Amino acid sequence: MKVLSLDTSNRQLTVAILDDGQILATETTTVHQKHAEYLLPIIDELMTKVDLTPSDLQRVVVADGPGSYTGIRIATATAKTLAYTLGIELVGVSSLQTLALNIKQEGSLVMPIFDARNNNVFSGLYEIKNGVPENVLEDCHTDFDKWLDRIDIKDKTVYAVGTDAPHFEDALKNKFGDKVIFSDSFDNLPQAARLGLYGQTLSPVEYIHTFVPRYLRLTKAEADWKQNHPGEEVTSYVEKVN
Amino acid sequence: MQPHIIMSFESSCDETSVAIIEDGEKILSNVVATQINSHKRFGGVVPEVASRHHIEQITICVEDAMKQADVSYDDIDAIAVTYGPGLVGALLIGVTAAKTIAWAHNIPLIPVNHISGHILASRFVTKINYPALALVVSGGHTELVLMKEEGDFKIIGETRDDAAGEAYDKVGRVLGINYPAGPKVDAMAAEGKDTFNFPRAMEKEDNFDFSFSGLKSAFLNTTHHADQIHEELDKNDLAASFQSAVVDVLVDKTTRALQEYPVSQLILAGGVAANKGLRSALEEKIDKIDTTELIKVPNKLCGDNAAMIGAAGYVMAKKNVFAGVDLNADPSLEFDLLEDEE
Ligand SMILES: [Zn+2]
Repeated sequence: MKVLSLDTSNRQLTVAILDDGQILATETTTVHQKHAEYLLPIIDELMTKVDLTPSDLQRVVVADGPGSYTGIRIATATAKTLAYTLGIELVGVSSLQTLALNIKQEGSLVMPIFDARNNNVFSGLYEIKNGVPENVLEDCHTDFDKWLDRIDIKDKTVYAVGTDAPHFEDALKNKFGDKVIFSDSFDNLPQAARLGLYGQTLSPVEYIHTFVPRYLRLTKAEADWKQNHPGEEVTSYVEKVN
Repeated sequence: MQPHIIMSFESSCDETSVAIIEDGEKILSNVVATQINSHKRFGGVVPEVASRHHIEQITICVEDAMKQADVSYDDIDAIAVTYGPGLVGALLIGVTAAKTIAWAHNIPLIPVNHISGHILASRFVTKINYPALALVVSGGHTELVLMKEEGDFKIIGETRDDAAGEAYDKVGRVLGINYPAGPKVDAMAAEGKDTFNFPRAMEKEDNFDFSFSGLKSAFLNTTHHADQIHEELDKNDLAASFQSAVVDVLVDKTTRALQEYPVSQLILAGGVAANKGLRSALEEKIDKIDTTELIKVPNKLCGDNAAMIGAAGYVMAKKNVFAGVDLNADPSLEFDLLEDEE
């Protein structure tokens, strides 16, 4: 199975092409955020280098959030449209779990972290079982101190991963002492190749049309509106006029 | 390469739209999914909410547009997409989807300026004779555009502050009308009389620019003062007075532009072009100039839609304007000013 995998959730852009578990090509950039401009040209370049055309693809695997709203929409819109227009399979993987895929120590815990400013984070807790990170505490948008209060690692080791993880080094060391391990700069990057390897084992989404990013957070306007309109919920706000 | 069948995308604000256009002048399908009911909750378009709705709708619109037009990817010769101006997050969904389909099926991509789409929606009504002038009035734009030849757009006048449509929404809020206020204010104005004599901004100035912030302030001061002294003002008269001031300025500047740049066609385009007050005032004025014909874009093509982007894409393809898959959204894209050229 030929797989294209991609992640543009944050500052990094990572793309890979795989064939039956073999990595044919991969590229990761970390220094800018020109995802809208660079994503398709990079995909095109890699495809050309491995002598594939779009119609050779059989599955698209995308890190679908959380992350920068624009970043997760670019990856998701690209993956969704590509899967739809080529009539191929689509798989969405949490962007936090994508980072957790870098850790292989069986039985240890992994806490991927995206800094969401003002001491808020997107994070989740995973445990490595049979070589893959299984979700223990669901991905969420939360105040970091409240998040740490929820976590009991018993005597396990917890890997804090992501380029934002060092922002929270003091709080993590306070809470977990020498049980918290910080990753090197390679393991702190999302790797589309790992995303593709993992994504090819999952079952594809059933309805491509309804596939949307996992924002894990309402917009402020909607949150305010909900507070002022308790119980009021409309199933669809969008209507066809033509 | 002159494309026969164009698939086009529009997502610059709160409408997700995909169309299939034949020869730049025949609509095979024009699917528009509007988010208006969502943004009504907030009294205006919330950009992040708009982007979220676009990604929910985009592939559904593609499917519906292709089904209605009964075309396959093999039939599509080019893909046209709005890349600006507009809300950046909203634009990016249309741009991303258009680029992805263009890449997947190896179809040429045409970048389209949203405003040129509003103007060239007139291609669905008639053949355009150049030079032509366009008055574009919408929620985000108020400008006079001179087209010396096909595919050439130069601004000769634009708003210095609010767009006309924005002023309608603000005034509508005071009159207790839910977003979007334009059509309702228009209807109320038809029932009222211009009794308040609001200022006609920049009418006397020797340029083709517009300003609506002074009118908006005058309106707010009048209603605020009445509130304070507990006086009830006639809402229809308020609407009529506001609308006459807007229409007078638009019509006056447009007729003066026609004197300086005589053209055989004046195109009235944009969301506010559906306004009855504006249409009839402009009609009356243009009727008196026998060398100029007024082209009105049909109501259902005045609002944002992808058909107009397909029409504009056809014209840009003639001028050999194509983009690569590195095309990005440009939220502040504008035409050049005519004076920069001279
Ligand atoms: Zn528009």
